[in-house]
Amino acid sequence: MSSIISLSGIQKYYGDYHALRGIDLEIKQGEFFSLLGPSGCGKTTLLRVIAGFEDVSEGVLLLDGADMARVPANKRPTNMVFQSYAIFPHLTVGQNVAFGLRKKGLSKDDMAKAAAEALEMVGLAGYGDRAAHALSGGQRQRVALARALVLKPKVLLLDEPLSALDKKMREQMQGELRRLQRQVGITFILVTHDQEEALIMSDRIAVMFEGEIAQMASPQELYRRPATRRVGEFIGVMNFLEAKQTGTSEKTINFDVEGLGAAEIGIDQFPEGARASADVVGLRPEALSILFEGQKSTGRVADATVQDLAYYGDMTYYEVTLEGSSTPVTISMKNLISRPVLERGTKTRVQWDERSLVIFAA
Amino acid sequence: MNWLRVYAIVYLVFLYLPVLLLPVFSFNDATVIAFPLQGFTTQWFKELAGIDALHGALKNSLFIGIVSATLSTILGICAARASTRYRFPFKAPIMGAIMLPLVLPEIIVAVSLLVVLMQLGFSLTSWTVIMGHTLICTPFAIAILSSSFQGLDQSLEEAAVDLGETRWGAFSKIILPLVTPGIVASFLIAFTISMDEFIIAFFLTGADPTLPVYIWSQLRFPKRLPSVMALGTLLIVASLVLLSIAEYFRRRGIRRTGAKDSGGFL
Repeated sequence: MSSIISLSGIQKYYGDYHALRGIDLEIKQGEFFSLLGPSGCGKTTLLRVIAGFEDVSEGVLLLDGADMARVPANKRPTNMVFQSYAIFPHLTVGQNVAFGLRKKGLSKDDMAKAAAEALEMVGLAGYGDRAAHALSGGQRQRVALARALVLKPKVLLLDEPLSALDKKMREQMQGELRRLQRQVGITFILVTHDQEEALIMSDRIAVMFEGEIAQMASPQELYRRPATRRVGEFIGVMNFLEAKQTGTSEKTINFDVEGLGAAEIGIDQFPEGARASADVVGLRPEALSILFEGQKSTGRVADATVQDLAYYGDMTYYEVTLEGSSTPVTISMKNLISRPVLERGTKTRVQWDERSLVIFAA
Repeated sequence: MNWLRVYAIVYLVFLYLPVLLLPVFSFNDATVIAFPLQGFTTQWFKELAGIDALHGALKNSLFIGIVSATLSTILGICAARASTRYRFPFKAPIMGAIMLPLVLPEIIVAVSLLVVLMQLGFSLTSWTVIMGHTLICTPFAIAILSSSFQGLDQSLEEAAVDLGETRWGAFSKIILPLVTPGIVASFLIAFTISMDEFIIAFFLTGADPTLPVYIWSQLRFPKRLPSVMALGTLLIVASLVLLSIAEYFRRRGIRRTGAKDSGGFL
């Protein structure tokens, strides 16, 4: 598949403030791509650069192979769903959806038909005559989607589209957005600060910090092999333990890991350039498991003490300290009928696996 | 609690009693403005219809009011949009300077304008009054229009551009309709201010007086007093109607954009 969007060397300055620091990015046709990062990382600026609302200070933006440098926002084959939805309050739902169609030279009937189809697609069939300002948050969001998708853009840009919705509604819309994207086959670029949302919805994610892309990968790759400690911290929960390099063999490097002991880590587990400098390893909460009484170990085992716990119903998150270490480590355990929930202060054993240790680039 | 109530009542009586006396005496069948009332008549209103100088003054005032209101509303739209949408150097002092005529003593404004216009060799006409009125109406227009522009989501305009409109198209199709109620309100209030204004009109008017200047000139003749009362009554009614319309449009604008009501004049 070919690139629908190609960014190279994008720089953006606001006066002295360096908002985008050399962004290189290829997004494939039909991809659901997310820009993920904390507020102020430049993800929204990047989206607005693609939409044409911000000029770039340097760099090239190609959209379906065409240079966008001199193309204003209203001539670009992109459409945007705004964070506030920006529904025109003085128009009806139908007029909102048909707004962009007026420039397409369609007949009145074709316009009405296209608008009605778009509304049906987002589950608002028959809402055409309603006043836009009387809609609920979720409905506004759907109208904004219909209004953008009815123009059949090459790329749909979504600026934190779910952040204004409550939790239930947000989860529902995440599923619907994903389904809609597969159905229409249009490339979606989603800006979000919610790592869970990015993981659930995206084919690929670019994690951004301070105007730079820290890592670009599939959700699985990003979660399992975060390139830096910061990415690991930002995506999900990650434990960090100090590690000392003790020796190397052809296919492995040996470490002495705080609280866990000697570990042989395969070189295929290393990101590029991380080999010599690793002094910390990362572990996801599910990479460790508590051995309940009478359970046999199937891997490496360390002694630990339960310091605290958080009961979530389906899961329990334990905070334990490993023997010979003072760093608190989070372990997530599924709650099964055969498993007790341990109390604070309980001495227990923890099982782990060398393959799940994550090594970071320096 | 009780004292506050008494105070409020005294305050309201003091504020409105003179105004209420105006219609009372305008229907009183006597040339002397004094109690006891003599009987009901509409003679003074009928008399108004026969005074040509009054009609000239009224037409002059309407012309000045409409032109000043239009000019100050257009200036107000520009300033309100600039101040709510853009950041630029010295924004606060610039906006402050524009709003200053709101608190400047009118007589100072009037005298300085007169001096400047004389120095520049302008002759005094309705247009010189329009200049002065536009100056004092513009801050009101900005105050009203700023609240209309402020209530707008900035993304609305970008959304229209994103959907294919030019910048002007986005402004005229989305922003203008949404601020129209504010524009109507601003126009009506500026018009009312211009119609009522005396000091600037008195200093800058040429051969054709405005209505307030005409009324003032008639106060020298005791016989004319009752018909001036009748005229005053009509003006009060007209002002109230205009202000109500202005407020209606302001509120409708707030409803249409779904924003919260934050103040206003009524």
